[in-house]
Order: sequence, then structure tokens, then C-alpha cells
Amino acid sequence: MSETSHGIGGLTFDKSKRSWPNEMNILLALIIIVVIFEILGQVLPYMKDQSFLFDSRDRFDSIFNEARLKIIILQVAIIGIIALGVTQVIITAGIDLSSGPLVAATAMIAMSFGQTELVNGFANPKALFGTWAMDLPVLIPIAVGLAFGAFIGAINGTFIAYLRIPPFIATLGMFLICRGIALWWSGGNPISFPTEGYKAIGAGMMPVVWFLSLAVIFHLIMRYTVYGKHTYAIGSNEEAARMSGINVKRHKVMVYMIASMLAAFAGVILASKSETAQAGMGEFYELFAIAMAVIGGISLQGGRGSIVGTVLGAMVLGVIRSGFTYIKLDGSYQLMAMGSIIIAAIVLDQYRQRNKA
Amino acid sequence: MSDDIVLKTEDLTKHYGGVHALQNANFEMKKGEHVAIMGDNGAGKSTFVRQITGVEQRTAGKVWLYGDEVNFSGPLDAREAGIETVFQTLALADDLDVPDNLFLGREKTYADWLGPFRLLDYKGMRQATMAGLEKTGVKIPNIRNSIRNMSGGQRQCVAIARTATFHSRLTIMDEPTAALGVQETAQVENIVRQLKEQGEPLILVSHNMRQVFDLVDRIVVFRRGRICANLDIKSGDYTGEDVVSYITGAKTGEEYMEHAT
Repeated sequence: MSETSHGIGGLTFDKSKRSWPNEMNILLALIIIVVIFEILGQVLPYMKDQSFLFDSRDRFDSIFNEARLKIIILQVAIIGIIALGVTQVIITAGIDLSSGPLVAATAMIAMSFGQTELVNGFANPKALFGTWAMDLPVLIPIAVGLAFGAFIGAINGTFIAYLRIPPFIATLGMFLICRGIALWWSGGNPISFPTEGYKAIGAGMMPVVWFLSLAVIFHLIMRYTVYGKHTYAIGSNEEAARMSGINVKRHKVMVYMIASMLAAFAGVILASKSETAQAGMGEFYELFAIAMAVIGGISLQGGRGSIVGTVLGAMVLGVIRSGFTYIKLDGSYQLMAMGSIIIAAIVLDQYRQRNKA
Repeated sequence: MSDDIVLKTEDLTKHYGGVHALQNANFEMKKGEHVAIMGDNGAGKSTFVRQITGVEQRTAGKVWLYGDEVNFSGPLDAREAGIETVFQTLALADDLDVPDNLFLGREKTYADWLGPFRLLDYKGMRQATMAGLEKTGVKIPNIRNSIRNMSGGQRQCVAIARTATFHSRLTIMDEPTAALGVQETAQVENIVRQLKEQGEPLILVSHNMRQVFDLVDRIVVFRRGRICANLDIKSGDYTGEDVVSYITGAKTGEEYMEHAT
């Protein structure tokens, strides 16, 4: 029996026959979008033969415009971390609207444990707590942030799984609650001046490192562990999953907890990157995270999609944003165009499903 | 109690609120026996199956499996005890492939200390799937395809192949051919015959009189939540008309007369 292709009585297992993965379509779309921006850069009269993709300053050390690539991925990294969790929630046929405000609330809470006591020799003017909470090791704000995320996720999951509140409603409520917590935590004042240790975890390209490492970890988890398999099974046919003996309720709580912990971690990183935390942070993050997943081919009906898809979806969103800026499209048009693209992605998903059924 | 008895229920009862879906069902089957459960819609057939398989919790009564009294708290318990069920509504996850569906809820794994994140043994599950499908003679073009793209018959065969893969001690099929075409029905019936040859006990819930007479040894008829007849059809004493009159209530088995209405 060879490893690639064998059959028993009409049964075959043929690796080469595996269907064209959906992720390839998104990669293709990504390439097409890049090419379109490249062409636009060449032909639009006001662009003066610029290049979107290539280094236009004719340096010898690089061919591609690395700076642009870095900015693109840095722009999407923090929302991308949220999207990794949202992806898992959507695969169970749920939705999580609370992630944006959760980012803000976690940023506030984590930063309040990550402040430094002395700023240029003077007492920290934005100090929230007394000196006991100053200059703590960086693990403290991270742990507090993740614990808060787990707590919020557990509440979301419990309401959705055990009390059968529709995910949309439960997380919409949590959306408002978290925004309220973010405002209440410091009475609306920004919390600033983090310790060097806390600054480091979100400095420079660190958000990208976190995003890509977490993406790899969760790709492996979704693909190769029982947790991943059951997540897909629940989204695909919840009744079948239940009858197969999967503890659907407990599993859902776990999925919402992981999603909220990822969003919380995004908040911890965002506060570090910005070196400040404000109650208004993370506006629309939940929607962009959902958009990344949807563009990445995660079906809102559940059961289908992958972490790879979401990472590609994040890249598509990043490239479009960067591209629109590059061709000097006004911000208002950018929003309209991005909205249209999200709708188009969902229409495409519906169309694919109808064809498959 | 003799070990020859695969399944025995005593006064098995299920109420849904005020609805008495199943009342005092006393049921017994021997090793290697194939028993059909018949009855009109709402007669309590599926309810009976759901109590035995742990999908629902019974209101009252006792159940023994191979002489041991059992109290399943969920479908997984029943499965671990060796009861394998093919449900009326196909309990398959459309987006997963054949091995994933076969092993759903009891995956072969490595590194179990990882808890919910323990690793899947894809290769082992694939091989067991092939072996199971071979045993039942089911032909599926490519087991790595998602179930979504398969025909009703193939899907049903996948559901049935679970039983062959897991060496069940009791197989229950709830209307396995209700939604299938002629050829697909024949395929499912062949699997049932193979189970008979292998001496594996089976409970078949069916509306199809020809199928029942072709396949099983005994028919138990349910009516209005009660068992109303127990017919040994291999004796040749009963015809399809007899069974119909038991189902409709024109006749009632002597031993069940006291509750007849």
C-alpha cells in the first residue's frame, strides 16, 4: 500500500484528489489586489510612475518595498490577533461583537498594573493606583489582562451555551458593558507611562511577532487537536456533535474564553504599543476582526474556514487599506470601499454554499 | 438473568410534560437477534430508542445491557457501553470528512495529557475507517471528501459504518432507509444482512413492511406509547396484514390486553 494512493474495494484515499483549498482563492485575490494597485500606481496621472510593490528609490539592498510591507502587516497585527479568536467563534456558528471594547477595557486594566513610578524623575502624572502597583514585572499586567479576558469570555460563553442567548445579543450586551468598564476603570482618564518591560512587548514589530506566532499555534490547534475538530463539528452540525457525545456547552464556553483571551491579549499589546491606554481605544476592532475572518473565507454559517484563511483575510484588508492610502484615496472612500468588499465576501460565501449544496 | 439477553427494559417510561410518549415498555432481545420496532408516527418508537441510547433521560423504568443494569447520562455513555445508533436525522457533520465523522466524539489521539488539546491520530483513524467500510462493503469514492458532497445513501452508509468500526454490542437503526432510493436502500439492507451473519444484534425501527419481513426475526409493535404486540415473524404465523392491524389498533397481542384502549 503506497502512502499517497491506495484503494480497497472501491475505496480510495488519494492525497492528489483533495479539493482545491479555499485559501488558495484568497491568496489569489490578494495577489490580484496587489497587482491592481501596482498598475494603478503606474497609470494614474498623479502618481508619477510610483510602485506599490517595488522599491522605487533604486536602492540595491532590496527589491521589494519592505517598509510598506512592514506597515501593512503592523497595521493588521493587533486586530489580527482578535481575528484569530473571532475565527474560532464563527466556526462554531457564533459571533463575538464584544472584542473591540474588550480590547479597550483590557488595555486600561493591564496598563494600570504596568505603570512606572517615576517619569523623568517626577511622580507619574497619570498614576491610577498607589506605589504598590508601580514598576511591577511585565508578567503582572499580561496575567491580569488575560484573566480579565477569560472572565469576560466565560460570561459570554455561559450565557450563549447554557442560557441559550443568541451570540449576537449576548456579545452585543458585553460590547456595552466592556466599553463601560473601560470608562469606569479610571473615570475616563488615560493611563500612561508604562514600565520599560511593558513597553517592550508591543514595541516595533513585536505585534507582528505575536500575531504570526499565535496564528501558527492556533492553526496547529484547529487542525491537529480534538479541540479544533470539535469546534468544526459543532459549527457544522450541533445536533450531530451533541449526539456524538461531545459536551457542546462546555466546548462553546471554552471557545468564547479563548476568543476573549486573544482579544484581551490584543488589548495588552495595543496599550504597550501606544504606551498609553484610553477608554476609546479599539473602536470598530470587533468589526474589522469579523471582516478579516469573513474575507478569509470563514463561513458565518459555521463549520468552515481556517486560521490560514483569516491570516490571508487580514493581509487582504491591510493591503487594501495601504493601497487606498497609496493611491491617495480619501478616508471616506476607503470606508465605503472596504464595506463593499466585506459584503462582496459574504455574497461570495453564500454563492459558494449554494453551489455546494 | 441469563447472559443471553442483550437488552432488557422494565417499565420504561418517558413523559414530556403532560405527554406520555412512552409507557411501561417491557422489551427483551437475545444475542444475535434482529428485532424490528414498528408503529405509527408518534407511537413511541423513537422515544424508546432515545431512552436506550441515553440521548434523553427516562422518567421511570430500568434498562439492562448484557445483564448489567445501565443508567446512561448521555449518548457517549451508551456508546462506550457498546450501543451504536444510526439516528433518523443523520448525526453527521457535513463539513467533516468520513474518518472525522466516524470518530466524532471518540477520536483516536496522542498525547492525552494535553487535555482538550490532545493530538488527533489521523492515520490511525483513516486506517480504521477503511477497515470498517470494507467490512460493510460500502463504497465511497474518496473518504477525505467532506460528507456534504455525498449522496444520501453514501451518508447513511457512513453513519452505519460506525457500527462496524466500533464492534458494537448492540446496533440500533432508526429508519435508516426512509430518505433513500431503491439502490441505496438495497445497499443498507445488505449491511444489515452482514451484521446478521456476523451475529451482531440489531434493533431496526422501520415503516417498511417488506424490509422488515426480509430482514428481522421478530417485530415489536408500539401504539400510543405502549408495546402492543410481540410477533415472531420467522414462525410464518404472521402476514403483513396482521402487523398492520396491530399497528392501527384493530388487534392487540394477548399479553398486552390489559392496557388496550
